[in-house]
Amino acid sequence: MTTRSPATPPSGPKPSGKPSGLATLLRGRGGQPAPGAASALYDIPGPRARARHLVYGLLTTAALAVLLAGVFYLLTDTGQFAHVKWRPFAYEGVQELLLGGLGNTLKAFAMAAVLALALGAVLAAGRLSDHRPVRWVSTLLVEFFRAMPVLVMIFFVFVALRVQALPALVTGLTLYNGSVLAEVFRSGVQSVDRGQREAAYALGMRKTQVMVHVLVPQAVRAMMPTIISQLVVALKDTSLGFLITYEEFLHAGRLIAINMDYTMPFIPVVIVVSAIYIGLCMLLSWFANWVARRERGNLKNEAVAVAPAQAGSTMPGARP
Amino acid sequence: MRTPTASRTGARPARGPALVLLLALAACGAPGSPPARGPQPARLPHYAVDRDFSLPSSPTWRAARQRGHLVIGVKEDQPGMGEKNPATGTYTGFDIEIAKMMAASLGFDPHRQVEYKAIASANRETSLQNGQVDYYVGTYTINGGRRKLVGFAGPYYIAGQRLLVRTDEKHLKGPQDMAGKKICSAVGSTPLQRIQSDYPRARPVAYDSYAICVDNLLNNQVDAVTTDDTILLGYAAKDPAHLKVVGRAFSKEPYGIGVPRTDRAFARALDDALTGRERSGDWKRAYDATLGLSGTPAPRPPRVDRSLTG
Amino acid sequence: MDVLTNNFSLYGEGFLGTVRLTVYSSLLALALGVVMAGFRVAPVAALRAVGTTWVTVLRNTPLTLLFFAMLLGLPRFGVALPFELFAVLALGCYTSAFICEAVRSGINTVPLGQGEAARSLGMTFGQTLGTIVLPQAFRTVIAPIGSTLIALAKNSAIAGSFSVVELLSTYKTLSENGYSVVWSFVWIALGYLILTLAISGLFHLMERRWGVAR
Repeated sequence: MTTRSPATPPSGPKPSGKPSGLATLLRGRGGQPAPGAASALYDIPGPRARARHLVYGLLTTAALAVLLAGVFYLLTDTGQFAHVKWRPFAYEGVQELLLGGLGNTLKAFAMAAVLALALGAVLAAGRLSDHRPVRWVSTLLVEFFRAMPVLVMIFFVFVALRVQALPALVTGLTLYNGSVLAEVFRSGVQSVDRGQREAAYALGMRKTQVMVHVLVPQAVRAMMPTIISQLVVALKDTSLGFLITYEEFLHAGRLIAINMDYTMPFIPVVIVVSAIYIGLCMLLSWFANWVARRERGNLKNEAVAVAPAQAGSTMPGARP
Repeated sequence: MRTPTASRTGARPARGPALVLLLALAACGAPGSPPARGPQPARLPHYAVDRDFSLPSSPTWRAARQRGHLVIGVKEDQPGMGEKNPATGTYTGFDIEIAKMMAASLGFDPHRQVEYKAIASANRETSLQNGQVDYYVGTYTINGGRRKLVGFAGPYYIAGQRLLVRTDEKHLKGPQDMAGKKICSAVGSTPLQRIQSDYPRARPVAYDSYAICVDNLLNNQVDAVTTDDTILLGYAAKDPAHLKVVGRAFSKEPYGIGVPRTDRAFARALDDALTGRERSGDWKRAYDATLGLSGTPAPRPPRVDRSLTG
Repeated sequence: MDVLTNNFSLYGEGFLGTVRLTVYSSLLALALGVVMAGFRVAPVAALRAVGTTWVTVLRNTPLTLLFFAMLLGLPRFGVALPFELFAVLALGCYTSAFICEAVRSGINTVPLGQGEAARSLGMTFGQTLGTIVLPQAFRTVIAPIGSTLIALAKNSAIAGSFSVVELLSTYKTLSENGYSVVWSFVWIALGYLILTLAISGLFHLMERRWGVAR
């Protein structure tokens, strides 16, 4: 029975090296869904099922085509593809404005990312501290900042502390993402095999040395995909600067969109701005996935992860 | 869907198009920016700078003198009043002209010793309170609530809520004809609330900004746009062939120059400067070069209200 | 303290606005998310592509951009919806992508034998998914859906900047009326804490009642 089920739908991606359907299914853990799982839900299609699926597929495609054609018609009908609506993008001044906005977005992102990583490290160290008060304070901070909407923090800093838009945005993003990253770091450190820590102490290392030389490098490595995913969140959230009039990418887009000299190109601006923004976030997400795949393919990591279950095996890399 | 190998992990990026777009944006471009309609920088009046002016009793003025230039808060998205050309970064409009003539009267060269800062409506009070700007000129209605937070000089213009319609509009001539008509305004704004409460037979439509209203007006999707006539005149000045402002004003909005609340001497100096500029004809010249392009002739400038500065 | 007592009705209105936004958007997100998850595991390639595109695009879209695009783009076609509906649409669609992923990984935790047994009884894909797999998947996705909806409640604060009555935007009225900004924010923060704790409590209960021991 199970030997039959690996049949994935013809166009579906082929999961690599799949031993059996069940194993694949159960391996799907930690947000990495098993690729072959869907096959549990339907049989290998026979001739009639294939025909039916073809009909469904065609219907879906047709419905999509109608939808897209409708949208396209509406856009053309209202003259959104007219040359005059897109001409503003051809001018250097407008391009500079957009690139300037994008630059401000990336600047806020870079600052928030660096500061959030630093804050995350500090808070994680606090939560792992041997001193109870330090632990309590860190826990309280982490829990509070994670529970607050990031926009509330940004507005608080902006309105109550009366600072400029950029520092307000960066502060808000840093506090929120720093707290989330603190939890990531902490669980990363705690997930490192106990033997590593014990071995390091046995060699006579002090706690700081154990942390810096043994635990943190392994934790960061294991957590890299999660860290990058959180940075994608930070990148997305820089757009909140729009709401406190920070002159970022959306702000630049809006200035062009509502300008009568440019024939108020709302739709073209939305198309261009969305494409660039979504493209950027996808690029970073893709990078996170790439790192994750590379980590999974890494033999050394695999051995570390497997070690605790194998009482006898202490040879890293002994098992693939 | 273009990517045939759409992977189940769900994050295969379509980064090609974005990169191409970015490159296309960066690579080629006509120099400059699209031609701007409305106020033309070359046709704006010049204001005589009062070189000997001195106001040591005002901390705001002293700080500006020490800095070497004034920082003026303005609007950046209001055609005809305060609008920034996105591409060139220059500001134009009636509010900007008022800001410039005030700077000239305070002894600063409006072309070299003035820095404009775009401040959104929500942040006006904050920017004056924490000294981000020396004064603020941007469709700023004087009212009791605001006077608790900031000081005012002026008023320099009495705006009123009116209607913007297409030039071919024959039936809509004022607030009395609004029954059954689609009247557009910005969501949550006072003008919209006034339509809803005082003219229940009109059909109010709310959008995120006046620009969307004007666009929909030009495309026949609404019958009129309503808000302060200054804003409406600004749009009409950009496209006088298709847009006009009609009817009597059905509200009264005295626009003032926002100043730090405690700096009375500064507000009084601005009041004096305004009175002088109104007498010398600079005020009317500024109007004619900006809002006047809409075809609506200049009104009489309002009397400066000295009671505001106590 | 008197910031709260003097403006109780204002805070109440804002809080209810946030609750309304959260509830309506949650319903939309759950409905869309489950449908999209169904698409993503369907035997028809075209449906899978639709689901994948939906999730990939929305997960990489800033929520502010979604609001921006809707408010700027839709009116051009004469769409004039109440802003609260715009907000529900934006929040619901955005969150549905995350719900979809949660449900899909839930589907993956259902033992393979369940699906196979259903199939060997002659059930179709729809029957297998609807009556066998999803009910079991539901038990494992309670916690992840809970945290997604908490994120939704927090994200709803963005709507306030687009003229929707909700908790965060009450600070504007309060500061115009001259109340202390810091205290206004303390009560706003408390409001969000109450809401997120309530959601998390509700999902804890559901988890205890239906969840699978892990």
